[in-house]
Amino acid sequence: MQLTNRAQQVVQKEMTLAERLYLPAIFAGLSITIKHLFKKKATLKYPEVKREFAPVYRGQHVLKRDAEGRENCTACGLCAVSCPAEAITMDAAERKAGEEHLYREEKYAAKYEINMLRCIYCGLCEEACPKDAIYLTDRIVASEFTRGKFVYGKDVLVEKMDDRIDVSQRKKHYSIVNN
Amino acid sequence: MTLIIFKTLLILIIFLISLGIAAYSTYGERKIAAFLQDRIGPDRAGPFGILQPIADGVKMFLKEEIIPNVSNKWLFILGPCIFMVTALMTSAVIPWGLPLEISGVKYNLQVADINIGILYVLGVVSLGVYGIMIGGWASNNKFALLGAIRASSQMISYELAMGMSVIAILLMNDGSLSLNSMVENQGTGKLYGFINISGMNWNVFYQPVAFLIFLICAFAECNRTPFDLAESESELIGGFHTEYSSMKLGLYLFAEYINMFISAAVISCLFFGGYNFPGISYLQEILPANIVSLISVAVLFGKIIFFIFFFMWIRWTIPRFRYDQLMRLGWQWLMPLSIINMLITGAVLIWIRN
Amino acid sequence: MGSEIIFYLLSALSIFSALVVVFSKNPIYSVLSLIVCFFSIAGHYVMLNAQFLAIVHIIVYAGAIMVLLLFTVMLLNLNKESEPHKSNLIKVAAIVTGGLLMLTLLASLRTSQLPVYVSPTDLGLGTVQTVGKSLFTDYLLPFEISSILFISAMIGAVVLAKKER
Repeated sequence: MQLTNRAQQVVQKEMTLAERLYLPAIFAGLSITIKHLFKKKATLKYPEVKREFAPVYRGQHVLKRDAEGRENCTACGLCAVSCPAEAITMDAAERKAGEEHLYREEKYAAKYEINMLRCIYCGLCEEACPKDAIYLTDRIVASEFTRGKFVYGKDVLVEKMDDRIDVSQRKKHYSIVNN
Repeated sequence: MTLIIFKTLLILIIFLISLGIAAYSTYGERKIAAFLQDRIGPDRAGPFGILQPIADGVKMFLKEEIIPNVSNKWLFILGPCIFMVTALMTSAVIPWGLPLEISGVKYNLQVADINIGILYVLGVVSLGVYGIMIGGWASNNKFALLGAIRASSQMISYELAMGMSVIAILLMNDGSLSLNSMVENQGTGKLYGFINISGMNWNVFYQPVAFLIFLICAFAECNRTPFDLAESESELIGGFHTEYSSMKLGLYLFAEYINMFISAAVISCLFFGGYNFPGISYLQEILPANIVSLISVAVLFGKIIFFIFFFMWIRWTIPRFRYDQLMRLGWQWLMPLSIINMLITGAVLIWIRN
Repeated sequence: MGSEIIFYLLSALSIFSALVVVFSKNPIYSVLSLIVCFFSIAGHYVMLNAQFLAIVHIIVYAGAIMVLLLFTVMLLNLNKESEPHKSNLIKVAAIVTGGLLMLTLLASLRTSQLPVYVSPTDLGLGTVQTVGKSLFTDYLLPFEISSILFISAMIGAVVLAKKER
């Protein structure tokens, strides 16, 4: 099966004298490298200039709340099932009376953990989620000194009300993909 | 007495310039490497990163000094010292410019005009092997020993071709080995006997093959890519300086750049007319002698810097040789080629003179 | 006066380093002090105004031959423990040979007259031109014979290094 038309037949012919001297090849190489001296540099001076993330960049997860500040997650476990790295684990609990302002659904995740060392950032969890609860964001997982600290619980994952995380770009992207 | 003071000053200045150029070669290497790879390179220390060598030096000095327990301590310390000293010693016979005239007395801008100048350079370079060998052996590490053996056999092999290619130049120079007379001869006379540009009678126009051989051998002598088999990070960790740390490692790396500076200077003196430049006699007529002398020094340094750039340019273009290829090139190509070149030069010279 | 001091310093250095070559237990130190010895002898050449000889001495002996010697010594990894025990017969033979050499040296020293040192007046004595001229006129035959010797040594090395077929 031919995949591309770039394939070339390998030939082992005798090298000509010019090829065996290597000097023409060396000069060709030198001219290539000297051209790069005048090219535009690809480097970004990081702390001052930051590279823009793609709108669909898959970084640290967030557990969303709805407009009234209630957690969307209903602990259905679809994300954990879909996760190929088995990084997600959760405990479900029933919503008590008087907790309606905390959880949107009648069942919620009492414990929700993602092991960031196991996670491969494939994004299958957000595709599996029926409740718009989990999204991957463009935040980068910070480095830690111990492995245990990479197991992120609800305290890290659930978004804070005063610091909401915008996932509208991703939602738009998924609506394009799914429709 | 004033001569002694002048020579002492000259030695001091050359010493400082060698160290300064070596320091800025490290910066230049990183910068050029970056530019050739579409990067920016070090640019944080000072404007455009020009204070980077100072930062590197301070880092080297403050690093922990580790001497392996199983090493031979005296030889371990002696290795980098020898390498550095031999690297610095070579600059003594290089004529840096036209003589300066201070209050009626002429001072040669050359530390020692000995009649065996170029042989002195070859001799001192051949001693540089000891620094590498002693360092590599004293580390008591097989990678270091392998690197040292590779480096020294490579340097011995290429010294022969280097010396042979120089002989062609010596023949053209009436058998004088003094670098000063070589440079002076390149500043007088007409190119090919009829092109009359003063100070342009360079040896490279007569001896391109010898120049090529000398250049390749200079790369091998300095352990630079494509002949950096002594270090070859990907095979030998770091070669002969695997076990070195702190400023002793710094000395090795530094001396390598000084070697590069000196070999650039020798190449420009032997083949590119040293301090001579086109139109030198015209300038001598219209400007005072001392100013022309300073211009000639600047011209020599321009040539040296170009060749240092060329060394780096080659480094970031050509991959490393395999060891058998290296030896085959040295013994089966460069050696016979330089001998044939020498014989042809001699024959042509005899034909011209009769 | 100054050159006399330098002469005595160089002589002391060369004798001392030569003694270290013989008496040092570590072969590496022997090789290194032999290099120092060669250097001090090259210094003597310079004092005699023979710069060419001095630098060729350094290039050939210190620069090439001693590197090869150092090579072998480093690769062989000679220690005191691995040194084979020598039988008494070899020791006696060594003493006899050494004594004979000593005797020859003493006899030749007794009959020879030490020449009075005259500092060279002709400054061009040690240059390449004069050395080359005397090699290719007065000493042409020994020069050519020694080159034949080198050729035969090289051919011998090639034959030894060649693989058995």
